[in-house]
Order: sequence, then structure tokens, then C-alpha cells
Amino acid sequence: MSEFFRKLFGKSNSTSNTEPTPMIDSATTAPLTDHQIQSIIQNQNPRYEMQQLISGSGQSVGKQRDHNEDSLLAITTTIASNAGNIPFGLYIVADGMGGHQFGEVASNAAIRIMAGHVLRAFHSYLFNLPTQPMQESLQEIMETAIKDAHRFVQREAPGSGTTVTAALVLGQQVTMAHVGDSRAYSIHPDGRIIPITRDHSLVKRLEELGHLSAEEAATFPHRNVLIRALGQGEVLEADIFTVAFPQPGYLMLCSDGLWGVVAEQDIYRAVIEAPTLYRACQNLVEAANMAGGPDNISVVLIQLIG
Amino acid sequence: MGSVYRARDLHFPNVVKLVAVKEMVNMAPDPLIRQTIVQNFEREANLLATLSHPSIPRIYDYFTEDDRSYLVLEFIHGKDLEAIIGDANGFLPEDQVLGWAIELCDVLAFLHGHKPDPIIFRDMKPSNVMVNHNGDVILVDFGIAKTFQTGIKGTMIGTEGYSPPEQYRGEATPLADIYSLGATLHHALTRRDPRLEPPFSFAERPIRRINQNVSPELEAVVNTALQYNPSDRFPGAVEMKEALMSVARKTGALTKITAALPAQSNTIKPLWVFKCEDEIRSTPTLYKDTLLVGCYDNNLYALTAADGQFQWKYATDGGIVSRPAVYEGNVFFGSEDQRMHVVSLRSGKVVWTYYTEGKIRSSPRIAEGHAFIGSDDHNLHAVNLNTGRASWKFEAAEAIRSTPYVANELVYAGSESGDFYAVDFRGEPKWRFQAKRANTSSPIALGQAVYFASLDSTLYALDAKNGWPLWRFRLGKGTISSPTLADDFIFIGAADGFIYCIDIRTSKEVWRYRTENQVSSSPVVYKDSLYCGSVDGSVYCLEYRSGRLRWKFESKGPITGSPLVFDDIVYIGSLDHNVYALLA
Repeated sequence: MSEFFRKLFGKSNSTSNTEPTPMIDSATTAPLTDHQIQSIIQNQNPRYEMQQLISGSGQSVGKQRDHNEDSLLAITTTIASNAGNIPFGLYIVADGMGGHQFGEVASNAAIRIMAGHVLRAFHSYLFNLPTQPMQESLQEIMETAIKDAHRFVQREAPGSGTTVTAALVLGQQVTMAHVGDSRAYSIHPDGRIIPITRDHSLVKRLEELGHLSAEEAATFPHRNVLIRALGQGEVLEADIFTVAFPQPGYLMLCSDGLWGVVAEQDIYRAVIEAPTLYRACQNLVEAANMAGGPDNISVVLIQLIG
Repeated sequence: MGSVYRARDLHFPNVVKLVAVKEMVNMAPDPLIRQTIVQNFEREANLLATLSHPSIPRIYDYFTEDDRSYLVLEFIHGKDLEAIIGDANGFLPEDQVLGWAIELCDVLAFLHGHKPDPIIFRDMKPSNVMVNHNGDVILVDFGIAKTFQTGIKGTMIGTEGYSPPEQYRGEATPLADIYSLGATLHHALTRRDPRLEPPFSFAERPIRRINQNVSPELEAVVNTALQYNPSDRFPGAVEMKEALMSVARKTGALTKITAALPAQSNTIKPLWVFKCEDEIRSTPTLYKDTLLVGCYDNNLYALTAADGQFQWKYATDGGIVSRPAVYEGNVFFGSEDQRMHVVSLRSGKVVWTYYTEGKIRSSPRIAEGHAFIGSDDHNLHAVNLNTGRASWKFEAAEAIRSTPYVANELVYAGSESGDFYAVDFRGEPKWRFQAKRANTSSPIALGQAVYFASLDSTLYALDAKNGWPLWRFRLGKGTISSPTLADDFIFIGAADGFIYCIDIRTSKEVWRYRTENQVSSSPVVYKDSLYCGSVDGSVYCLEYRSGRLRWKFESKGPITGSPLVFDDIVYIGSLDHNVYALLA
């Protein structure tokens, strides 16, 4: 089958006879799914287009709050390097905690401290001539960044807290730093919309332990209770992990003002049907406000094209 | 929510009688709710006043004034358990904690046995346990204060600490107190405050991993009390006390203890053993029913996999650590005689040889019509399979002893200089990464990442396309073991004697297993087990998700090669000169 596509799409650096035979041939054949065929075609297509990131964002106070405690950051560019132009993006959504004073101070500071740390680490690669490959790993950079922000908020706005969902995109990899109940989703054109972060909330924890069903969770009275937040507690245990950028598809970061209000399938439709990422973000914010807008709304949509 | 005052009872003017006065503030805005709260408070105070137990403070009086209610109680000379844990220099002695635990079970049994309705304490935690000057425990702060708390709105942080999961369904049963007692004991034994940890995560912090002085028996009792599911806990405080008593007597006759599986050692008999003339340091290869293995007696052996019968051997002029590869009826392998040998699988006769200018410790990787192999001559060789000649050589800074990996139209290989290279199919370097010491460990790529370890004690995950480090994991020592992947896990051995399992998304350790010596062997996953050799001479079979030992087999010499598992049979060579076939 793959031989067939190879001929069809004309990438013949391998002549016949050179395909290695598996040493232990226990493979059975089964018809390929549409999805597999698509991916084979995609792999065989020569990629002339350079890969690049594009992004859009949207924010709203909502309909029921009088001030905004969410903060948002979106930086999209490429790093020019010997190995080609590598897409680079940094996206952060932070939701300051309403029960505390300085909620917006915390979310603001978290974003500035984190972004400052990450961009300093990449400074010589973005704006200078680096002399050697980066030694610190992307996960270490994100971990230090979020811990710096944690200490800063503890020191400068004691008692306050914030969620942070941050995505560092480099090439086709997304390295996440996450604490709280803002979310990152991967949205695929085949209809799947999958959360890639795990809420640090009491309701989620009880659900994971099997003490609440999905229906019970939806009406649980303490849905707003976080079990981890930046600025809260002595040690911050953030989730740090790396996943592949959803391709084809979108990466979306948002606060609970969106995901807690608009159903995932409606989010999916708003994203897929919009002509541009900016319009998609506007539509999402509108949908949340139409549904009552009980909380501040923040959303970032990112796409890797080419 | 309120304060506690030390007060003097002036009804007794000639003596100093101290009492504790607990003040609670009624903050409910609605007058009807305020009234209900005060009524509840008075009802509970009345109830408590009737209780008589050495571990419950006496209640002398109560009263309400404006928006405040007061409870007058026995004053306790002592310190609460939270302060005792915090002030201690190290861990509290097990015997002391055990003594308190038994007394707490006593008082819980007393409360739960109250007629007509059992009394649920609801708030068992170290700060509510006083230890008086005699060293006896006293429960303070009955759930009364809770009726004064009003709802809080907006996103907020909450820590559950000592409460059981079922309380969020509004259930308050004696089993909730059992859980909270377990949580209190866990905190006392480990000094880890559960309010600083994710809720209900005690199982992730096994007591004995933190405090090895605690006996396995006491750990088991606390674990039973901390079960998520109420029906898996002790059925009551009486039963928990009994279990604690038998810990105290060290009879070990505990119910509900799930002891670790007794690991089997050397009940494993090899299916067959084949003896070579020198050490086997390399990894075997299986092709159909033939097992191929290189040996330090300079020979490559071909054995029948089913019974270990000798088929043929092929002599080189150097030791063989290279793992053979089979392609189109020929066996490819390197030797310390500087050559890559190509031998007919059927006859064991030479087909052709390829010369390098250094010893070959790397193993051939066959892909794209080429054999890719490293040599101590610093080169990565791409040898055309049709012509037997080099299509290109890529010169590294030092010897290449790792086995190249081919993926994403790139060849990945580590060098003894600490450099790690990604070379394209024309032999041009695409990117380079620098570790701090030699990369003898062979890389493996999956999806967008390439993984390898280094003698600098680090397991690296790099972006396969451009070499940016995604994450690094610190091993206890350097390693030459090569990683393997299964599910979302990566497995590797290290010179610190551990076999590690690490989550590839989060780079967090899932488990580690200690062998008795360095692990140079590379782990292999087959079905739900992981197989790995150790320089301590054993082959280990571990459950790969938990790291629990299933069995081990002791050979008579160190094992540095890796196992090969196929069809439920493990093949492995040892420095005791033998090749073993074991039932997986």
C-alpha cells in the first residue's frame, strides 16, 4: 500500500528491493482507515510551504462581573536558525482568583514574570547569534518560569492566587505549564475537541477518584474550588509536559469563563466555521456572553500551517 | 471563625480554676438563619455536656450574646498534635504515635457507640488532638464551630487535608472519622501536611518511603483506614484499635494487609543453556528459528532457538559486542577486528566484509538500502547493501559506539565526545546537541522526539526535527543502557543500579527498581513485563507499569547485554559464557 502511494506521489528515493524486511514477520494486514490513508498521503506529500504559526485572541469582562481578573499573552514568531526557520510561540491565559484581593494583580504578574523568563532564555536565539545549543530543556525553562511567578505573587500580592495555562510552541512541539482550572484544548477538523490539561479543582479530583459521576460533577456545589493555584501554598506543583502540536487542527487556551459556559461541541463549531482565527475568538467570546457571561472570558487560538 | 480564651472561673474564688472559653461569631446576615445556627449550637452543647470520657473535655457552660456564642470547657494543659509534629526535630517515635492512635480509637468507639444516635466527630486532625501533661490525648473542638461557617462565593482555593472523599456527598458516618484518623496518623508518621498536598493523595506518599522507621504492620493499618472506598476501611474504631493492638504486640496477625507479592528467585529453570568459550557482552538477535549471538571468544554463534542446538559459528579476529542484524538472508555485525562482517544465515559463510579504521562496538542499523554503523575511527558509516561500499562517512568528534537510529529521514547517533548528531541521508549534519559526557547509549525516536542517555547521568528528550531539548531527567549515575518505550513510559537502566520508568510527557519518575549492581543492559518490554539484566548477574522480570518484581534469574556472571524476548521466551547472554533461554 505505501509503495503504491509512493509511486503515486512521486517520492522515490528508495528503489525496490531496499525496503528492509522485518526480522520477525508477525504482521497481519488489515484495510487502512480513512484517517490512516490521509496521514500516509500527508507524509508522502513534499512540504514546500514553510511551517508557520498564526494566532488570534479574545477577551471580555463578561456580563456579571464589574472588572476583569483574567490576563492573556500571545506572542507568535519564528526563530531563524541553521536548521531552518522554526515556529516559536508563547501563549498564556491566567485567571486571578475572585475570592481574594488582588486577583488581577496576581494574573497580571504571573504572565509578565513567566513571559519575561521564557523570552530571556530565548533572547540570544531570537535576537542574537547564539554560540551554542541551548542546554536548559524547554520543560526546565517553563518550570523555572512558573516557579518564579509563584514566588513573586506570594511576595508581592500575598493571599491572592491565579490559574496559569501556558503553552510554549517550538517547531511542532508544545511544552505546557499548567496550574488551576484554565484549560488547553486540541481541536481537530474531524470533530474531536480534547482537553490536554487536567483541572486542579476539587470537583475534578472527586470525579477522578470515582466519587462523582459526570452528571453529579456538572451540578456539584463546590465547582469553583481549586486545589492548586499559583501564589497559593508553599511549594507549587505545576503540571509540566510536552505534546505534539495538533496538526491539522488548533490549539486553544481559555479560562473557565469560556469552557464552563459554552459546550465543547459549540466551541468546536465556532472555531471550525469562522473564516479567521480572530473571528473565531470573537465568536467564542460572544457565545459565552450570550450564555450569561457569568465570569471573565479569555481565549487564544493557535494554528500551525504549512 | 473564632477564638479560644484562657479564663479563670470566678465561682471558685479561693482556688485558681482555669477554663477554656471558645468564642464563635455568627456571621449569617439573615436573622432566621442566625437563629437556627444558635439553636443548633445550643443543642450540640447540651449533647456534649452529657458525655463523660477521659479523652473528651468537660463542658461547664454555654451562652450567647448578640452575634457571639460561647462554650466554657475544661482547660487542658498540653500541646496540640500539630504543634508537636511541627516542633519535633525528626520523626516521632512509632511507639508514641501508636499509643495515641489506640487512645483515639477508644474515644471514637465511645462516640460512635453513643445511644440513641452515634456522634460523628467530623473534624479529626492533629490540631484538634491535644496531648496533655500525662501524655494522654484529648479531642477538642467538636464539629460545633462548623455550623457558624457561611458559604463563600467565587473561585477559591480549598484544601481537603484530613477529610474523606465521601463527605462531598454529604455523608457523615463513623467511617469518615476512621479516614480522618488515618490521615492524622499519616501526617504524624511522615510529617507531610496533607493540606499542602493534593486531596486524597495519601496512597501516593507511602509512609515507609518517607519514614523507614515505621513498621510495615503500622503502615498497613493506616493504609486500610485511608481507603477511598468506605467499605474497604476498618468497619469501626473497635476493629481499628484491635489492629493497632496487634501491631503493638508485633504478632503480625493483622487482617486486611495486602502483603507484597513474594518474589520468586531461582525457581526459574532455564529451558536450555549454551556455553561459549568466553564472555557474552552483547545482545542476541532472533531470525525465524535461529538465535544469533556474538561472543568475546571472537565467534558469532547461530543456535536453534527452540532447543539451543549449535548450528554454526563464524570466527572474526576480535571480540563481538555488536548486536547482529539480519537482512535478506545475511547476518550483519561489527567486530573489534575493525570490520563489519556479512555472513550467510544459512551456511555461516562470509558474503562480504567492510573495513573501518577502528574497533566496532556499534551495531548495524539497516534502512533505506544501507547499513548504518559507528566505529571507533570516529565515523558513522553508511554502507550500501548492494555494493558493500560506503555511500558516505560522517566524521564525529570521537568514537561512535552507540547504535544509530533511523527516523524522520535522519540518522541519529551519539558519540563518545558527548556530541549527539542528526545526519540526513546524504551524510550532511542536520543538527547537533552537546551532552556533558559520552553518549554510548543508543537513541530511540518516537513521534517528534528522540531519546538517549549519557554518561553525564542524564536521560535526554530532544525535538527530533531540530534538536531542542524538550526535557532532561536526572539519573543517579551515568549510563550506557539504551532506553526503550512502551505506552507513555520510557525505561532505562543506570550505573546507580536502578531501572527507571519515566513518563515521556511530563518527564516525571513513575517508579524505579533497585538491582544489586550497575545496569548496563537495556530494558525490553514484552506483554506486560519488563526484562533487564544487571551486573549483579541477574535477569529481572518486573511488572512494567508498577515496577514490581515478578521473578529474577541469577546467572553466574555479570550481565551487560540485553534480553531478547519472543514467543514467551527470554534469551540472554551472561559474562559466565552462557546463553540462557528462560520462560517469560
